[in-house]
Amino acid sequence: MRAFLPAYEMETPRDLAAALERLASEPGAWKPFAGGTDLMVLLEAGKLPHKKFLNIWNLAELRGIHVAVEHVTLGALTTYAEVQRHEILAREFPLLCRAAAETGSVATQNRGTLGGNIANASPAADSPPALVVYGAEIEIVSAGGTRWAPYASFHTEYKKMNLRPGELIRAIRLPRSHAGWKQYFRKVGTRRAQAISKICFAGVGRVEAGRIADVRVALGSVGPTVLHAVRAEELLRGQRLGSVDLPAAQDALSAEIVPIDDMRSTARYRRNVARNLLAEFLEVLAG
Amino acid sequence: MRERARKIRVSCVVNGTAASFEAYPMARLLDVLREELKLTGTKEGCGEGECGACSIEMDGALVNSCLVPALQAEGAKIRTIEGLAIGGSLHAVQQAFIAHGGAQCGICTPGMILAAVNLLARHPHPDDTQIREGLSGNLCRCTGYMKIFESVVAAVGKVEKRA
Repeated sequence: MRAFLPAYEMETPRDLAAALERLASEPGAWKPFAGGTDLMVLLEAGKLPHKKFLNIWNLAELRGIHVAVEHVTLGALTTYAEVQRHEILAREFPLLCRAAAETGSVATQNRGTLGGNIANASPAADSPPALVVYGAEIEIVSAGGTRWAPYASFHTEYKKMNLRPGELIRAIRLPRSHAGWKQYFRKVGTRRAQAISKICFAGVGRVEAGRIADVRVALGSVGPTVLHAVRAEELLRGQRLGSVDLPAAQDALSAEIVPIDDMRSTARYRRNVARNLLAEFLEVLAG
Repeated sequence: MRERARKIRVSCVVNGTAASFEAYPMARLLDVLREELKLTGTKEGCGEGECGACSIEMDGALVNSCLVPALQAEGAKIRTIEGLAIGGSLHAVQQAFIAHGGAQCGICTPGMILAAVNLLARHPHPDDTQIREGLSGNLCRCTGYMKIFESVVAAVGKVEKRA
């Protein structure tokens, strides 16, 4: 059933300070509303429980991509279209650009934001695996000040995250430390464009003298949150590329993911594909 | 359910002309365009951002109008299918869709044409992959897509610069 529109309030704060004041005035009552690509779908389906929204779409303080020597910082309202268009992101963070290009359609990419994707906390989102492997940190602001949190531990359980009432995600910061790393991203869905993932895999690895000196692997849609595959990483780290014990690494990965059967796929399919994608990632490291 | 929100007045520019309407803040821009501004060229397909039938341009960017709340249209420059023809003269993409059989039942056509126009503004000479990506958010259940694709190919290089 469609939503009863008069029940839904929405306000546009004039700047970030006003937005944070509003959030602090009634903690938990106001929900930030960015590009609307998730919230409007829920509204139309009559499944939007929140009734008060803060329109943050025009807040300049949450926009822009800033490149510094050590980091690239993306405002929370950076859209998928903006991620794809950015030269330095394309060169140094190709997995994030691939994730952005494979999330929804052109129209969705023009409105969907990185901060919104994080706060919506869908385990099937495609940018989180890339953010985890790049060691992203997020800047969280509130009327009380600013704090930084590592992204890899930001999502605590299904749709739950390390974000308190009154807090807002301001930016995402990526360390520019993956020059020369091999990078791999693959999203598996029903259709090449637009479809939501059955499974999504991001991996980066640093190869030195034929050995995997360091490696980071994260997956989407195989658990209640984005999953950082620390056991598979441990097994791979230090191994000589020609003699990687692939079945052991695949078993480790299979043991740490917790896929389920749902409307998009089955746990069994996701487990098999996760193993196959790990094998393909290793081919990329060896290539 | 408790009524809390009041209708707000939103001012924007639609197809080059100043427009103003009253709506609940979270009313869908799609409904406002069709019901308040009587621009029924923009269609509703899925209502959840999957099919592209409600595609419009907002500040030059292609968006699904079913996912834009009325409040966010404040100050925006909006272009709908009604804004493409000038007087009796159709836009080159519209002409190409007629000439190459790109339209069949017509429900996807306005969104498909807006997606194609937006694509050609970003990539005036797109390759096949760019055309496919540009149209990938617009579903058609009639044509099988090839005639739409051919229509876009035929429009390449024919879009005039307009004021």
